[in-house]
Amino acid sequence: MNAGRPPDGAVSVRKPALPQRHLQRRDARRMMNRRQTLSLLGAAALLAPLAGHAPAALAQGASQTAAPIRVGEINSYTGLPAFTIPYRQGWQLAVEEVNARGGLLGGRKLEVVSRDDAGKPDDAVRVAQELLSNEKVELLAGTYFSHIGLAVADFAARNKVPFVAAEPLTDAITWSKGNRYTFRLRPSTYMQASMLVEEAAKLPARRWATVAPNYEYGQSAVTWFRQLLKEKRPDVEFVAEQWPAQGKLEAGPTVQALAAANPEAIFNVTFGADLAKLVREGEGRGLFRNRKVVSLLTGEPEYLDPMKDEAPEGWIVTGYPQEQIDTPEHKAFRDAYTARFKETPRQGSVVGYATLMAIAAAVEKAGSTDPEKLVDALSGLSISSPFGPVVFRASDHQATMGAYVGTTTVKDGRGTMKDWRYADGAAYLPGDEAVRALRPAN
Amino acid sequence: MSAANRLEVRDLHRSFGGVRAVSGVSFTLESGDLLALIGPNGAGKSTCFNLLNGQLRPDAGSVRLDGAELVGLPPRRIWALGVGRTFQITATFASMTVAENVQMVLLSRARRLFGLWRPASACFRDEALALLARVGMDAQADRPCGVLAYGDLKRVELAMALAGDPKILLMDEPTAGMAPFERLELMALTASLVRERGLAVLFTEHDMDVVFGHATRVLVLDRGRPIAEGTPESVRADARVQSVYLGDEA
Amino acid sequence: MSFLLVQALSGLATAATLFLVSSGLTIVFGVTRIVNFAHGSFYMLGAYLGWSLVERFGTGVGGFWASVVAAALGAGALGALMEVALLRRLYRSPELFQLLGTFGVVLVLQDAASWIWGSEDLLGRRAPGLKGSVEILGQPFPLYDLMLIGLGPLVLGLLWLLFNRTRWGTLVRAATQDRDMASALGVDPARLFTGVLFLGSALAGLGGALQVPREAVNLHMDMAIVVEAFVVVVVGGMGSLTGAFLASLLIGQLQAFGILVFPQITLVLVFLFMAVVLVLRPHGLMGRAEETPPTAPAALAPPLTAGRGAGWGAALLLAALALVPLVAGDYALIVLTEMVILALLAASLHLLIGLGGLVSFGHAAWFGLGAYGAALLVKHLGAPMPLALAAAPLVAGIGALIAGWFCVRRSGLYFAMLTLAFAQIVWSVTFQWYGFTGGDNGIVGVWPPPWAAGKAAYYWLTLGLCAGALALLRRAAFAPFGYALRAGRDSALRAESVGIDVRRHQWLAFALAGSAAGLAGGLYAFSKGSVFPTLMAVPVSVDALVMVLMGGIQTVAGPLAGAAVFHLLEAEVMRMTELWRLALGLVIVALVLLFPKGIVGFLADVLADRRRRA
Repeated sequence: MNAGRPPDGAVSVRKPALPQRHLQRRDARRMMNRRQTLSLLGAAALLAPLAGHAPAALAQGASQTAAPIRVGEINSYTGLPAFTIPYRQGWQLAVEEVNARGGLLGGRKLEVVSRDDAGKPDDAVRVAQELLSNEKVELLAGTYFSHIGLAVADFAARNKVPFVAAEPLTDAITWSKGNRYTFRLRPSTYMQASMLVEEAAKLPARRWATVAPNYEYGQSAVTWFRQLLKEKRPDVEFVAEQWPAQGKLEAGPTVQALAAANPEAIFNVTFGADLAKLVREGEGRGLFRNRKVVSLLTGEPEYLDPMKDEAPEGWIVTGYPQEQIDTPEHKAFRDAYTARFKETPRQGSVVGYATLMAIAAAVEKAGSTDPEKLVDALSGLSISSPFGPVVFRASDHQATMGAYVGTTTVKDGRGTMKDWRYADGAAYLPGDEAVRALRPAN
Repeated sequence: MSAANRLEVRDLHRSFGGVRAVSGVSFTLESGDLLALIGPNGAGKSTCFNLLNGQLRPDAGSVRLDGAELVGLPPRRIWALGVGRTFQITATFASMTVAENVQMVLLSRARRLFGLWRPASACFRDEALALLARVGMDAQADRPCGVLAYGDLKRVELAMALAGDPKILLMDEPTAGMAPFERLELMALTASLVRERGLAVLFTEHDMDVVFGHATRVLVLDRGRPIAEGTPESVRADARVQSVYLGDEA
Repeated sequence: MSFLLVQALSGLATAATLFLVSSGLTIVFGVTRIVNFAHGSFYMLGAYLGWSLVERFGTGVGGFWASVVAAALGAGALGALMEVALLRRLYRSPELFQLLGTFGVVLVLQDAASWIWGSEDLLGRRAPGLKGSVEILGQPFPLYDLMLIGLGPLVLGLLWLLFNRTRWGTLVRAATQDRDMASALGVDPARLFTGVLFLGSALAGLGGALQVPREAVNLHMDMAIVVEAFVVVVVGGMGSLTGAFLASLLIGQLQAFGILVFPQITLVLVFLFMAVVLVLRPHGLMGRAEETPPTAPAALAPPLTAGRGAGWGAALLLAALALVPLVAGDYALIVLTEMVILALLAASLHLLIGLGGLVSFGHAAWFGLGAYGAALLVKHLGAPMPLALAAAPLVAGIGALIAGWFCVRRSGLYFAMLTLAFAQIVWSVTFQWYGFTGGDNGIVGVWPPPWAAGKAAYYWLTLGLCAGALALLRRAAFAPFGYALRAGRDSALRAESVGIDVRRHQWLAFALAGSAAGLAGGLYAFSKGSVFPTLMAVPVSVDALVMVLMGGIQTVAGPLAGAAVFHLLEAEVMRMTELWRLALGLVIVALVLLFPKGIVGFLADVLADRRRRA
């Protein structure tokens, strides 16, 4: 997901400290310091904390069976807490469940070393290196912003370490910039757009307008939507497009410009603060009167909840109507999550949970933590997620996790979805042959 | 040091928002001249200087150096043609040493300001020290300019002006802030420079002893207009000058 | 036709908010001569306070408006508090310190707001009585926006009355023209300034509180508005109220109609407009020339001396650094590589600030251009690393040469704002030109070839190139070129009158600094394997300024130490707390107030002190 990125990067975020710190760390640091005092270099003394955790790693090597399986996790915790905290709680729940079941590979604990990426790809790459060299993690996971996901994916390929991208939506991560070591859980921009196209094609509307944030996520969402809708409905035409800068939507003029083209339906990709502005101004200026709106991600609790009773009515969206899904696997997850964190899960919670569950399953399947074996295990891995069965396709490493497609409505003073159905991701992905053409040769 | 240095100023005008700061000023300056520009406060002396060195552009009039028009040229071009100046409020490069201040001018003269390699402090140091010796500042050559006494700064200014090897030298209150004996010393030095280098000097001064003791000619301004010009004796005797100017001072 | 009219009305509503915020900024600047970065934070706090109050009391018309006014007063009080606690100590400081000091406040207030109100967007109540819309020529138009359109001129009128019909206003105007005049009039200037900060911040708070019915209150509001308010104030002429009004109207219309004509380049448009205005009208639409161009550290700068044994010290440090790979692990080498690169970035900025007195607020542009120059060559032409690295300083240098030509024509704050504008233009183009630059998804796969792929090998390469570049920069600083640059900073008047072409030196220094930053950017690209627009965004420019400030602007070694310590803080110590913004903000404020000479300057003072006593 690409939410809430500070638009001009004006204020991005930096370092963090996370609860998952390590016991060994302090000891390791003390040992390091001793080593450095031997060094004559003043500069090196300054670097003491950086010098790595080799002794800790050695200690682990000595008792191989008890050593935990360490996963390096990176996300934008300080940058987008509203989205990443539910995600973190999700994976925390998964780790606790795995360890309560007795761990992996005959008793080894699953352990996550979590880091903040400060919302900056270059920081994420440095942190990935730290996790790899100092924390000796077996694989990498996480990321939220697409550009950070891409940076870490490239790093993973370079260093031949498996990476399970949790949240980034960009198609590039599994297609044009896909690589052997990178897998992605969440349904991509393409998949979500194509789920919505299915519904949009059923509408009588022929004149469409689009409004999307002006960066890769918005651009590719609109490109796919137009292309896929035209394939199904050659009679539609796109009469207006608006590309507000992310986070800087000029609501009045944008709404007016859309209305002036007099479309019959609107495809929206904006989210967060921009979406709230668009909805308010749109209502005030009658933009949504007698017009259908098809909107990406708007049904996710992360976006619906802040709008409270002003959530739009009757929009066709992708999302997650968590309180209404009563499949056994979702109920079990929701109950456990609610009991553990005293709040209902959000979309991010499911993603965090499923990411770590997929990693645990891959380790078991590989029977080892060898990176190549882990990659082979992840290819074609099938797991049971709160949304139902999910397969990491061997062809493009995209998981078949789906999304819920339905209509927004306001109930009890808050936004939710009705008339929804689960759209299984497998049905919205191109075939193996098609994606092979999209991916660079391995 | 060519013998025929000649600055011709013809009918300069400049006003600020309706106030005539300089109006109809004309004079000629030649090698060996030590022309004093005097007048009460606000008479237009500093404006006159700024018009001559290109800092201000006259509304009308011409300034020619050996026949070449200077009006419209930026200060650095006018300097390059041979018109140096010192400032009423000293403006040296405060973050540099005394010698470096002079070296900067020498480097500028030699068109070597864009050098990226050789340390500036090694360039023209001997020449700079020689010039500083001439104004009596060689002992303080390595002190930062920012800490100098006012009178010393005036001397550094003079050395900097000389470093540009000028034909014409404009000195705006060269002795302001100096003790009386220092003033005479500086003016004696200036006079000897005029002789040995064939300079032409235009200077402003409040101290009448300095003016009448050293100037070869005197030009009197009042509210921007020239009211008298001539030898010190003739100006001293001029009734208008006495009423307008000396009367004020006395 | 009716559509165009309504579009113009929408632009007016935008303009009203912009005017409220920028009028406060321009008033504060007019009197205190401080460009208050934290102004956007008061806007954001006004919005948050407004949200809280409106949620509780805003059901009726009276309660709503009382809440809005109370929120504005609250923001004003915080502004006054900042004046007393911080600004008062900065009035005589170089502008770099003022800019960074208020930026520190921005960071602190961000974490404070996130701590108090949480990180989720807050959608507030709509204004009672103004929820609906009216038909204007058959187009529905929100009543609330109509109210805003009326509010702009109303506030302008009230401010005019305040400044022209009250004694306090007269005093403020007097102080705007001459800071010392106020004290001559027998007024306590401290109280006057506190009052002005109250007024300015309250206007920002009012603008923020008025947004509650329009949009969700969120933590990104502060920087989003302050950059736009800067543009308005600079375009209008700094310190000019009518200028701010005029510029708000123009920019409101530019945005309203810009999205119709160029929906794709909305980000660039405003900055292009500002750059054009500044090039045509140096002091903005209604601005006057600054009476004293406030150049940075001239007054503080002692003579720059090479220092005996500096060469040996540098050689020893270099040798020590070259030996580090023998003892350090991969991660340490990566962090060290980054430190060396950032040292070059900081040193290149120091060339402008320390020698030229030119405070650039957009130095990240050249760092980013270098990185992108290298990455694009690799991506589009398959260039080998040495060629790409050679191109990095070239691309950045050419970019800086072009931008510099415009920037050095202005001094002081206008220079800073122009550099910011150019950086934003470069950033926006990179961010939005998806086909060529990869947009926000950047360019990946920019890795060094096998011979330089090892962490130690790449570190040595970086160390060698950066040490070489630093040595060149240092030579340039002590060569006639660097001296001429300082001469122009010390006294532009005197420099011009001894034949020094100050502007040309500044221009070339800008290009030289840009290309050195570009080399740093190229090395950074290959160390990360990827480039993204974040490399040229505002935070990187600010980071570079903090590094220079942290190390000390008066010594050549300062920026190097500053870069090292800053990066170490960033990479390691800040990991100890999630409140890193708070920590960084406090560090900046502390540096500005307590250690204006930076680390190296402070140490030098301590050493000198000890030597004197010994």
